[in-house]
Amino acid sequence: MDNDQTLIKATNLKKSFGDFVAVREISFTVEKGVCFGFLGPNGAGKTSTIKMIYGASPVTAGDLFVFGLDIKTQARAIKSRIGVCQQENTLDPDLNVLQNFEIFASYFNIDKKTAQDRTMELLHFFALEQRRNSKVAELSGGMVRRLIIARALINQPELLILDEPTIGLDPQSRHQVWDKLEALKQQGLTILLTTHYMDEAASLCDELVIMDNGTILAQGSPQALISKYTGHHIIEVTEPGPDLVKYIQGKDVWQENLGHRLIIYAAEEHDLYRDLCSRFANKDCLLRSASLEDVFLILTGRELRE
Amino acid sequence: MKMDISWRFLRVWQRNLAVYRKNWLINFLLPFFSPLFYLVAFGISFSVFIVNIRYDANQVSYISFIAPAIIAINIMNNSFFENTYGSFVRMYYQKTFDAMMSTPLNTEEIITGEIIWGATKSLISSVIMLVVISFFGVVSYPAALLIIPVAFLGGIAFGAVGMCFTSMVKIIDLFSFPVFLFITPMFLFSGTFFPLTGLPVWAQQVALFLPLTHLVNVLRALNYGLFNADVLIGICYLVVFSLITIPIALFKMKRRLIK
Repeated sequence: MDNDQTLIKATNLKKSFGDFVAVREISFTVEKGVCFGFLGPNGAGKTSTIKMIYGASPVTAGDLFVFGLDIKTQARAIKSRIGVCQQENTLDPDLNVLQNFEIFASYFNIDKKTAQDRTMELLHFFALEQRRNSKVAELSGGMVRRLIIARALINQPELLILDEPTIGLDPQSRHQVWDKLEALKQQGLTILLTTHYMDEAASLCDELVIMDNGTILAQGSPQALISKYTGHHIIEVTEPGPDLVKYIQGKDVWQENLGHRLIIYAAEEHDLYRDLCSRFANKDCLLRSASLEDVFLILTGRELRE
Repeated sequence: MKMDISWRFLRVWQRNLAVYRKNWLINFLLPFFSPLFYLVAFGISFSVFIVNIRYDANQVSYISFIAPAIIAINIMNNSFFENTYGSFVRMYYQKTFDAMMSTPLNTEEIITGEIIWGATKSLISSVIMLVVISFFGVVSYPAALLIIPVAFLGGIAFGAVGMCFTSMVKIIDLFSFPVFLFITPMFLFSGTFFPLTGLPVWAQQVALFLPLTHLVNVLRALNYGLFNADVLIGICYLVVFSLITIPIALFKMKRRLIK
């Protein structure tokens, strides 16, 4: 192992299903205490990658070490030290909230007293104590999601894995989930998450990789990726006139013409923006900060993934 | 594929027991009333037409003839339906297995726990039925107490074969096929409500391959307090049947669950 700060080390990690290769020999390391994100369009290989990390899917080729242990031979030891929050609702509908926690704890061989204490602590932390006797079917989507995250913490994991943690939630619930994840991060928990929400990745992740077609296209902190791939500012012109398009083409700037929208990746200065505004007096000319979404679209293209 | 099973499978069993206890009244009423219905419908009403039946060179009452068969059918139904419809719902709709697989449990333990649970349901309901049937005075104790461990063994056999079907079906409606082609014929033609000798010879030979025939044979002998060749052959059959179906169920469910 590199050092004891390395929690996950993947080397030429590959996953294939028959002829289809979902993950193509990717390598990455995750350090202790960071929030590490996998960002990518549908079918990029994010879920396949994290499923290998939590031992639900065997590694086709390459090496994968978690806590310095080989997932191929020590999956059970690894699984007892991680918490997993899957994409779907995996709460047990046959049981109420408390039973869900206690029975889930028993899968880790946690004794009943400890399980009960931890359950109350976790329900308190996620503001769900009032719901302890509820049936799963009575809960809202946001509550279900928080409960799944809370339940994943029952074994006091050293690593929390979240697969699309806020998918399908309303903005209030999403922010509540983010608040809790932020608090867990402050407590020093290492978090690994997949998402295709850019704002989620930008606000939660210290480091992320952008994946597409089973490969890692870029890796770094959200800010580093933005400055590396887009520059800091972007000028967007809606319905650009032919003279504007021609003028810009004469300039040595990186641009993307989408027909109804012209995107200019301007570096630092606001000069070009002022120049355009004064020359063309275009009220649909907008200067904004570059975001992770711009990086994502540059790297993965604009075609629909269906 | 390497099999790796620890005692943790009991955690899966405990999960199912917790759910069972929540719905204990429903789970209790079914095995309580179903033997009453059968014994009244067949045992009492039919006894107008059938007074005695020949069993092992003796004349026995029809009600005592079908009583152990009703327990055998109950053993078959409990574990088979638990490990087909029940397990499928937990696996496919409720994602219960997915949640378990993110913990130190592995698929072998999940499936073993499910099969042992199905057998436990067979055992519990058999005990309830045995108590009810005892009031009809057609059970000979203490030999009939051996029906209880046999109920567990039979439960394993039918649960494991049910789990083999679960590993194969894509949609829940497809379980109609094994029910229609496997369970229903056994229910009728395994020496349950009339002796096998009432069937054509070829059908008798086919029946000897069916697990319910052997389970009925064992239970009927034990219920009369007999320890004959039927008991030995039947138990051997059920053990061998389980030793074949359990590894198939574990192997095929692992292939289904782990991609």
